[in-house]
Amino acid sequence: MATFMAPENAEAKQAVADAATEVAAEVTKAPLPPVETAHPWAMPTAASTFAEDTDALYYFITALDTVFFVIIMGAMGYFMWKYRRRSKDQKTSSITHSGIVEFLWSAIPTVLLLVIFVWGECDFVKQSVPPADALDVRVTGQKWYWTVEYPKYPGVSLSSSTEEPALTLMVPKDKPVRLTMTSTDVIHSFYVPAFRVKRDVVPGRYTQIWFQATRVGEFNLFCTEYCGDLHSQMTGVVKVLEPDNFERALIAAGILEKEDGESLAAYGERVYRRRGCAACHSVEGKDGIGPAWNGLYGRTESLTDGTTVKADDEYIKNSIYEPNSQIVAGYSPQMPSYQGLLDEEQVTAVIEYIKTLK
Amino acid sequence: MADAHSNESNYLTATRGLKSWLFTLDHKRIGLMYLVGVLVFFLAGGLFALTLRTELLTPEGGDFISATTYNKMFTLHGAVMVFLVIIPSVPAALGNFLLPLMLGAKDVAFPRLNLLSFWVYTLGSMFFLYTLAAGQLDTGWTFYTPYSNTTGTAVISATFGAFILGFSSILTGLNFVVTVHKMRAPGMTWNKMPLMVWALYSTAVIQVLATPVLAITLLLLIVERTLMIGIFDPAMGGDPVLYQHFFWFYSHPAVYIMILPGFGIESELIAVHSRKHIFGYKAIALSSVAIAIISFVVWGHHMFVSGQSELAGIVFSFLTFAVAVPTAIKTFSWVATLYKGSIEFNTPMLYGLMFLFTFSIGGLTGIFLGALSVDVHLHDTYFVVAHFHYVMMGGTIIAFVGGIHHWWPKMFGVMYSERWGKISALFIFVGFNMTFFNQFLLGQQGMPRRYWSYVPQFQQQHILSTVGGYLLLIGFTIIAIYLVHSLRNGKKVGPNPWNAQSLEWTHTASPPIEHNFHGQPVVENDPYNYPEIDRTGASH
Ligand code: HEC
Ligand SMILES: [Cu+2]
Ligand SMILES: [Cu+2]
Repeated sequence: MATFMAPENAEAKQAVADAATEVAAEVTKAPLPPVETAHPWAMPTAASTFAEDTDALYYFITALDTVFFVIIMGAMGYFMWKYRRRSKDQKTSSITHSGIVEFLWSAIPTVLLLVIFVWGECDFVKQSVPPADALDVRVTGQKWYWTVEYPKYPGVSLSSSTEEPALTLMVPKDKPVRLTMTSTDVIHSFYVPAFRVKRDVVPGRYTQIWFQATRVGEFNLFCTEYCGDLHSQMTGVVKVLEPDNFERALIAAGILEKEDGESLAAYGERVYRRRGCAACHSVEGKDGIGPAWNGLYGRTESLTDGTTVKADDEYIKNSIYEPNSQIVAGYSPQMPSYQGLLDEEQVTAVIEYIKTLK
Repeated sequence: MADAHSNESNYLTATRGLKSWLFTLDHKRIGLMYLVGVLVFFLAGGLFALTLRTELLTPEGGDFISATTYNKMFTLHGAVMVFLVIIPSVPAALGNFLLPLMLGAKDVAFPRLNLLSFWVYTLGSMFFLYTLAAGQLDTGWTFYTPYSNTTGTAVISATFGAFILGFSSILTGLNFVVTVHKMRAPGMTWNKMPLMVWALYSTAVIQVLATPVLAITLLLLIVERTLMIGIFDPAMGGDPVLYQHFFWFYSHPAVYIMILPGFGIESELIAVHSRKHIFGYKAIALSSVAIAIISFVVWGHHMFVSGQSELAGIVFSFLTFAVAVPTAIKTFSWVATLYKGSIEFNTPMLYGLMFLFTFSIGGLTGIFLGALSVDVHLHDTYFVVAHFHYVMMGGTIIAFVGGIHHWWPKMFGVMYSERWGKISALFIFVGFNMTFFNQFLLGQQGMPRRYWSYVPQFQQQHILSTVGGYLLLIGFTIIAIYLVHSLRNGKKVGPNPWNAQSLEWTHTASPPIEHNFHGQPVVENDPYNYPEIDRTGASH
């Protein structure tokens, strides 16, 4: 696999970007196709190496349960019919117990349950040990979006959106991937049904999962630990690519840059959507976790410390880099700092974008 | 026998006036007051659930209620159903009424304590509801930190509310343990106790042992708040997962507080209405005790994906399978009891049979969740929702409804309409399975729980669930109507309409007199020794 070109190398960067143009268009702009649906009785599309293992055990338990259910209900139904009361003084059997029968129906389930236990345990242990050569990915959960970074590709970052299904995680097919996850606020849980992986994302600690995708396509990502109002919108799209395309596509989708000919305001809007601002700030006046942005520019803001300030370039920039130094009255200090996450050009673009919002 | 005194006043008419109820020391009246409380909360909890189901008719959120309202509703639904309905349903309502009668005692061991626990329950539920509503609690009934820390101090007062309610169950539990040990009628050895008594006894033991853990959790939450010592809050260096350990250390045993009494009712229903000696009495009784013990060491199965160590996951998975065995033994024994019986399909029995159907599904689907790798996929999806509704509702509530029908003639001396009983049972059977069965399939396809909006591919199944929910509403409404109607217009019954053999039927009137029995009953027979049993030849 080609090694990644550091972004400082302008020439190489240009080459990568060029090569990725078509992929980029396809990846970031095209509406995401509906997720493949399987039959309601079957497990969802299987797209990781774990899926086969988990499904095998799932179907084994289903079969076993069905057999037991049919036996229990069959016996019950048969007795209900055979021994229904026909006359008031119908005689009944004096049987009260049976050592051998009771032994059998304790021992057989015990053995079967042990088999299931060991089977589930082995697969679980396998899922706990990521291979050493796995691709490292950092996942951060926050109310109510995911951000994904790749230590191997500095500057590349993807994030989900509460508004629409957004490309949130990209991984190569047939390569192990290890996710190291943490949360900045409450507990979330990272769940990709098609991969059969799930792990809580806990503030103050790192949790890990790994998987190896086996199928190219797009799959749902859900948050499965209740985390508040937009819990059900904390979803995203996981895209599995051919290893050859992976790097180009990832860079194209994950590096947020002003495109040639794009206006600053338009670029600012993309920053707004792709860097998670949309989770807390609306642009059409709806109150969210943070203030809506329309009409913000030039307005006089009252702050919680009783002072007022004019919302100019300097103020907005400061609000982004050091959000907790000036808190708008009526809001709580919930905004994370974007120091180091948004560069100067991106901040300027956001300001230009805010200026257009009336 | 009671017939001789049939014109005598009973516990309902012995004294009159509101005060004679509110300050009664009579376990039967206390039981009835609990029953009224539980049924009112059941109605409320059910309506909360229907609100949720109605919102889920379409994948988009917000066509009926906002996300914030939705989250408060499912918190209310879960908290009310668990703490105010299911936990007190069988033990406090039916158990209070029945335990002394079944033991041949005049009352429970500590009648005053019993009244106190009723009042603690009443005040506790008021406080709890007030907290949930005023504190705008939207954390789910599990109050997980640190999410619950962000809702101000509500988590402390909610835990406090649950703790007050817990106190009521500790007091009831204590009372029942002592009553069973000390107040059995002469001749009633442990092996001659009805299985309902065994179940109430095992439940009482868990209540006494597990509930104090809630108190410890509460204390830690308060210490964390007031002394700013980080225990659960990561912002202060605490561990949020520790909270989950504490919570489930109480709440998993609480699951068995909820289901064991249902098992007790089931044993009575199946035996009495098939006129057969219960099959495997000892196995059923001892498996209740075994479940009570093992239930204390399986709490970690709620946390396989929470970031607890892999080893802990493995141990908890193993113990979880261990608890499945006694449960399986019970189910097989109930079915075997039907063998060569004389089965009458009256309303209580229909619930007894329905229980076997729904509870078997609940139990069998637990196996998926105990298996580690499969649980990783299913955890916190609708599969779990379906599973615990099959256990809690398909088990406890169905048994509870069956029990109400079974002991209704004893409680009020009247019989309800058998025909409407059967019709509503059909509604409940169809409605219940329609609501919850396809939630297994939803979960298995990856539909997460506690979602206000969802991906469109799940819509059809959600519609089916919602329709099922409304069928349940119809079923329960019919029951409410004919039961209330029967109070005035029901056919009067004698002391023992089912011709059962336990003391509450054989030795006292319907409704029982205030002091339960004329003189001390003496037990010679086994509680399952029905006259129809053919003793000729067989030597069992
Ligand atoms: C977790 C929610 C959250 C996210 C995500 C978030 N913000 Fe904020 N933001 C807030 C809150 C709350 C406030 C008000 C309190 C304060 O001033 O810090 C705020 C205030 C602001 C303000 C000042 C607004 C005013 O009316 O004076 C600006 C500008 C701002 N944010 C920009 C951004 C940008 C740019 C992003 C994305 C890169 C972003 N925010 C992401 C929550 C958020
Ligand atoms: Cu969430
Ligand atoms: Cu549990």
